[in-house]
Amino acid sequence: MKIGTPKELYPGEARVAMTPDSALQLQKLGHSCLIEAGAGKAAGFSDDAYRAAGVSVVETAEALYAGSDIIAKVRPPETAEVARLAAGKTLISFFYPAQNKGLLEQAKETGASVIAMDMVPRISRAQKMDALSSMANIAGYRAVIEAGNNFGRFFTGQVTAAGKVPPAKVLVIGAGVAGLAAIGTATSLGAITYAFDVRPEVAEQIESMGAEFVFLDFDGPAQDGAATGGYAAPSSPEFREKQLAKFRELAPQIDIVITTALIPGRDAPKLWLADMVAMMKPGSVIIDLAAERGGNCDLTVPDQRVVSDSGVIVIGYTDFPSRMAAQASTLYSTNIRHMMSDLTPAKDGAVVHNMEDDVIRGATVTHEGAITFPPPPPKIQAIAAAKPKEKVKELTPEEKRAREIAAFKAQTRSQVMMLAGGGALILLAGLYAPASFMSHFIVFVLSCFIGFQVIWNVSHSLHTPLMAITNAISSIIILGALMQIGSGNWLVIILAALSVLMAGINIVGGFMVTRRMLAMFQKS
Amino acid sequence: MEYGFTTAAYVVSAVLFILSLGGLSGQESAKRAVWYGIVGMALAVAATLYGPGAGNWGVSLAMIVIGGAIGWVVAQRVQMTEMPQLVAAMHSLVGLAAVFIGFNAEIEMWRIASTLSGAGIAGCDPLMSAIDCAATLGQPNLFADFHGFALKVAQKTLPELSVLKIEVFLGVFIGAVTFTGSVVAYGKLAGKIDGKATKLPGGHLLNAGAAIGSLLLLVLYFNGAGSWTLILMTLLALFIGYHLIMGIGGADMPVVVSMLNSYSGWAAAAIGFSLSNDLLIVTGALVGSSGAILSYIMCKAMNRSFVSVILGGFGGTTGPAMEITGEQVAIDTDGVASALKEADSVIIVPGYGMAVAQAQAAVSELTRKLRAAGKTVRFAIHPVAGRLPGHMNVLLAEAKVPYDIVLEMDEINEDFPETDVVIVIGSNDIVNPAAQDDPNSPIAGMPVLEVWKAKLVIVSKRGQGTGYSGIENPLFFKENTRMFYGDAKKSVSELLPLID
Repeated sequence: MKIGTPKELYPGEARVAMTPDSALQLQKLGHSCLIEAGAGKAAGFSDDAYRAAGVSVVETAEALYAGSDIIAKVRPPETAEVARLAAGKTLISFFYPAQNKGLLEQAKETGASVIAMDMVPRISRAQKMDALSSMANIAGYRAVIEAGNNFGRFFTGQVTAAGKVPPAKVLVIGAGVAGLAAIGTATSLGAITYAFDVRPEVAEQIESMGAEFVFLDFDGPAQDGAATGGYAAPSSPEFREKQLAKFRELAPQIDIVITTALIPGRDAPKLWLADMVAMMKPGSVIIDLAAERGGNCDLTVPDQRVVSDSGVIVIGYTDFPSRMAAQASTLYSTNIRHMMSDLTPAKDGAVVHNMEDDVIRGATVTHEGAITFPPPPPKIQAIAAAKPKEKVKELTPEEKRAREIAAFKAQTRSQVMMLAGGGALILLAGLYAPASFMSHFIVFVLSCFIGFQVIWNVSHSLHTPLMAITNAISSIIILGALMQIGSGNWLVIILAALSVLMAGINIVGGFMVTRRMLAMFQKS
Repeated sequence: MEYGFTTAAYVVSAVLFILSLGGLSGQESAKRAVWYGIVGMALAVAATLYGPGAGNWGVSLAMIVIGGAIGWVVAQRVQMTEMPQLVAAMHSLVGLAAVFIGFNAEIEMWRIASTLSGAGIAGCDPLMSAIDCAATLGQPNLFADFHGFALKVAQKTLPELSVLKIEVFLGVFIGAVTFTGSVVAYGKLAGKIDGKATKLPGGHLLNAGAAIGSLLLLVLYFNGAGSWTLILMTLLALFIGYHLIMGIGGADMPVVVSMLNSYSGWAAAAIGFSLSNDLLIVTGALVGSSGAILSYIMCKAMNRSFVSVILGGFGGTTGPAMEITGEQVAIDTDGVASALKEADSVIIVPGYGMAVAQAQAAVSELTRKLRAAGKTVRFAIHPVAGRLPGHMNVLLAEAKVPYDIVLEMDEINEDFPETDVVIVIGSNDIVNPAAQDDPNSPIAGMPVLEVWKAKLVIVSKRGQGTGYSGIENPLFFKENTRMFYGDAKKSVSELLPLID
């Protein structure tokens, strides 16, 4: 199959869906690669670099669409681009099918298959093609850098000869991938970082990144991220009030706010209201990563840097990943490459669009002239639902005591029973057997008893030497043979002699081998 | 006077033997314990040679020297992996010796009886011994050429002779079972006989029949039916020993070997009764109880009753086995090396497969390198790992793995959740989570090493098949398990240069 990547048409978009590196990997899957001239320029990949990687550079977008079976791009296609699709072709890009109904309809009419990278389900197997996460990671990082660019102070606290510098306080709202990346970047720059999320289970992740979780004391049912595939869901009005009150409390001391709160398929919730902005110190910075979907901050204007009346800078850029085009292109093209390797299971360049596969099915929004969005829920849950913990009942001291007494009684009873039974048996034997036998029998019983007492103490690791040494000792049977060998009968002598021989082998062999083994046991 | 000296020496020997077994409670004291055993044995043999009843010193000494020389050579040459075979072979010798000694007693009894009847003496007083009977009837010199043991038998009264008969019968029976059983166990352990459980048609009914037959023969023998009953019983006992052990699978060999160990002790004790020798009784009882306890420990480690092991095969399942989901994920040498490099704590779980592949030296070298790199490396030994109780400990000791990092199941089982990497080498059932999770599994309830709780489990295994017991192991399908296919020795050796 031929995979082609056109130049992005969206103004200012610098990313590209194929890099020379990813092209090499795609060719290993048996595909051939095309790219529109100048497509990678803004991300720092020259046409020559592509040529060197074996990619054919096509002059116009038209020729590229005509010559490719699979078109990989970043941004959702424009109407003109969709018009170039045809049956048998596949488009792989961000698509946002829920918001772009018209585009989806148009794509369906062409008969082409569309794989939306933003629809890849959040299951472990699909993490390697989760482009949303890769982009969010970049956005989170860039948000902190952008904030630093607009913030007039250090992130880290310093005590210098010229005076003390307080550390910046950063609040990250929404601890998704972008939020966590922002937390990591901010803490590594030395800021004191706070983070908030409606899902209490992410507290652990927040703390692992070095931020402090802003704890909200709320009695209502907590959100379970597992139910929504790891994303946040809308919260109740009471919860929202409580949350805003907490933010108002924090606002005066926070220098940088990074908001990343998004709810799938909805406008971004308003969390940082105008009054909170007014409470912040002049020169503070708000980075709104949700700007594309309306913004979490009242003052956000998408793609704009605005300064509030009180001197707070509100940044609503929507192109953070594009601002780091080289990094973003590398990660995105790798996500595309993983998607392609799932689509070509035999690595022979033949695409198998397997609609039974959870990941491919989930990401496909039009296929063979039909709209396949929304997909059925994936067969595998993204995150295992938290299991209710089993509670081990604590025993009260009285119960414990009662149990111990019961166990002791049972033990005593069984021992008394055994002793009584054993004693009765011995007495019975004593009634019938001659006295000479009984004296030996007493010796036998006592020896068994000693044996049991002694052997229990033998260390597990010495069981093999124990067997070898008991083997040697059991050759004490040699005594019997030695006593018989003096008899007058030739048959007895022969049998006894053979017994002596065998027992002799055993005695020397058993002891020697035991010694050999024991000598090997060494302490470190 | 002489007799008193012998008895005194026996007492000292018995004490030394007890000390010798007791000394095995620790690795260091064990080294002294062997010497107690050796001295005890030497004392006992010397006292017997010196004491009453002994004769033919030349033959005795020659036999001891020849036997000792053979034993010495065998003990020097045997490989540590061949330990189970050696132990089994030695048990067979004790068993056979017991049979011979029992026969000797029978021959003596027969000689005395025929001497009496040859002299025309019949109808003695039952409370009178043969020698007294002859003396009262005017033939005091009839038994003049009877020495030692023969004289002792001739001095026995009729009730004493009856007890002697039972003792001889028991000694021969146990000895014969031990003999063929040990030979079969040896064959299985040495790979000369197929390790699978095989039975003749009729199965355990045959054994039961033979046992009942032996009991009937005992009654006949007791009532004076003659020597043929003893010989027939010996044949039956030989068959029982053979058939019983043939019906037990290779995985149960630890129990079998310790059971035979026990039998050899009881055989010695039974012979001790028939010879009225207390030292034999004491020592036989010590060995017998030792083997019995070992069998008990092994059975408990497998969560099976002694009877079910003896009856062979695994107990019946109550339903279909739990379905296993997932796939076996393979890992290559580089992957294992990098996992080990990143790990702080490593636990190695060896099994019989390690012994088969002779991988213990490579494993020891791996341990040394990992420890040199500052990692915590320990070994987890399941009680039934290998084919002999404590088999793995001996192999690791031979490969110079320090014994203080080799731990028992109970000591280490709680540490798995904090362990980074577990390497399972050649073990299968002892790390099978089905024992805990699946009530229908044939090994349900058996205590196992909870390796799957570790962060990563690497299983070194020859292929994808099931183990000795044929039970599917869900461990291999777990998400945190990686299969490291290939011969254990080769795999581990290839791993060595990658770890520094």
